[in-house]
Amino acid sequence: MSDVVDLGDLGLDEGAHLLVKRALAAAPAIVVRGSSPTLAVDLPAWARAQGHRLEARGDAYELARGPDRWAGAERAGTIAAPVEAAPARWGLAARGALVEAGAPSLDLSLATRAEVWADEAARLYAQAAAAQWDPATAIPWDAPIDHPPEVEDAIVQVMTYLIENETAALLVPARFLARLHPHFREVMQLLAIQGADEARHIEVFTRRARLRRDVLGLSTAGGQASLASLFDEPEFAIASFLLSVLGEGSFLSLLWFLHEHAPDACTRELARFAAQDEARHVAFGLAHLQRHVGEEPALRERLAAAIERRYTALAHTAGLNAEVFDALLLLAAGGWEPAALRAGHAAVLALQQAMDDGRRQRLVRLGFAPERAASLSALHTRNFM
Amino acid sequence: MTQLVLGAVAYDAKVVPIWDGFLAYFESHGLPFDFVLFTNYERQVEAHLRGEIDVAWNSPLAWLETERAARRKGRTAEAIAMRDTDRDLTSVVLVRANSDVHEVRHLHGRRIGVGAADSPQATLIPLEVLAQAGVQGTVVRHDVLLGKHGDHVGGEREAVKSLLAGAVDAACILDANRLTFVREMVYVPSAVRVLVQTPAYDHCNFTVLDGGPPSIARFRELLLAMSYEDARVRPLLDMEGLKAWLPGRTTGYALLERAIERFGTLDAWLAKQR
Repeated sequence: MSDVVDLGDLGLDEGAHLLVKRALAAAPAIVVRGSSPTLAVDLPAWARAQGHRLEARGDAYELARGPDRWAGAERAGTIAAPVEAAPARWGLAARGALVEAGAPSLDLSLATRAEVWADEAARLYAQAAAAQWDPATAIPWDAPIDHPPEVEDAIVQVMTYLIENETAALLVPARFLARLHPHFREVMQLLAIQGADEARHIEVFTRRARLRRDVLGLSTAGGQASLASLFDEPEFAIASFLLSVLGEGSFLSLLWFLHEHAPDACTRELARFAAQDEARHVAFGLAHLQRHVGEEPALRERLAAAIERRYTALAHTAGLNAEVFDALLLLAAGGWEPAALRAGHAAVLALQQAMDDGRRQRLVRLGFAPERAASLSALHTRNFM
Repeated sequence: MTQLVLGAVAYDAKVVPIWDGFLAYFESHGLPFDFVLFTNYERQVEAHLRGEIDVAWNSPLAWLETERAARRKGRTAEAIAMRDTDRDLTSVVLVRANSDVHEVRHLHGRRIGVGAADSPQATLIPLEVLAQAGVQGTVVRHDVLLGKHGDHVGGEREAVKSLLAGAVDAACILDANRLTFVREMVYVPSAVRVLVQTPAYDHCNFTVLDGGPPSIARFRELLLAMSYEDARVRPLLDMEGLKAWLPGRTTGYALLERAIERFGTLDAWLAKQR
């Protein structure tokens, strides 16, 4: 005896097909009754289109379930955690969704947990989402600027340099984001929000530079060569090591330096906000590399080789341009008095020491011996990023 | 095995990817295959009779054209396969919900909106059913893409729009398009009534002529073997609007035959076939 579905006076042109579908999902053969005046037109036409077999029996219809689109469908892992290697055939499906067989494959090369995953990704993403700030209200744009004009020029030069570096910090991860299998949802979200962070940083650095000046500072060939080398790195682990762990790690020191030494409240505040964002970027880079190195210890030597390779490639460049160094010095000095310049100079040297300390600590966290960490840190680009 | 050449009518741009897909399917199963697209069924049937194609994907009217023209030449046509969705279709005659037409006979002398002149489902069969009921009216055709035998749904949509605009008193469409037009929001369900539903009839088939190449048997075998549950062929079946290929049958064309005899639909064309 087949299950009987009584549609009452509900027509298939009014949603009755849902009742029929529900019944057919529960039983392979059903009997359908109804009093809609168009049932005799609509039910056979609908059943034919769906591939269900239909026989009229008096005032009712016998329906037998047709072929199933979902035969061979496969779950794209579970919502809770990613699989070891995400197959291309899952495409854009949400992690944990039931994927119809034959969905188009997405050939995304970053598709293994070892390469991209960090257990901290979800937490860092949530933290990033909660910590988004509005440049319009977070930064005291109207704070007084009463330092000498040359110090303002130095600030504009530093902003010019920051914009250039943050542009690389936006584009390099974005290139990997576009190759990342969306199965690693939390990493995808985190890279996306990092991109948004960098976009905001570029905005505030530009806006700060324009507060008192109509033109920006200098962009050097050596600085660009250093950043361009990040674009040449095809491996996610190595690129994120060079960019996030070493580059943004050094940047963190630079931003805290600006927060401490900038002569105006506006620059000090935007440096603080940017530093908080950058700290998350460094944390994610470290977290997934620690995990990756744990699973693949040989990666550690590839990371070391990458620093050495980059050092050799950049050996012919000037490193940190004198203009940026001098701008940092004058900015920290805040004026032309010899005592102030002496203090500024000491502060810049302390900054470079802090950067080196930070790099060595992070390298040690990735499993390098302290001496090796020190020698590798010394090879890091003199352009900071 | 010699290459099997199929003819199909390009009633829509999607016809190209459909047959490209079938080509890849047949070739991957070792059947050399190619296809030729025609702009209208008459040209396809004539090419078939001249032996330029081996198998024709025919509308029901093109099937009758082939069968009758072949008979005149002392040849025989055979329907070797069809879609599950080609069996037991019906057409309906719609009137406006507030119309004074409540019975078929009330349509006598009224304006009857139909699809293209050569559409079995939206013109020939419903007009035959009305004629059998003694109803004659002023037929208002909506000739969208003539020669394509109503494969393009545009004629039916136009007929329904004419009905809603009051330009005609009834509109003839395929049963399934009643729901399609609700989904497309051409009308709300309560705006129209079904006045008549025709008896069931069959639609397209793959037609071959006697003396065709032996690869036709393999072609049919491969068609019937396609399973909707096979993800590799499902997109093709979805595009062509079926869940399974079935053996051909010719018992479902009687209503259309009576229509073309009553209206002399094929007379002029058949007279040219020698």
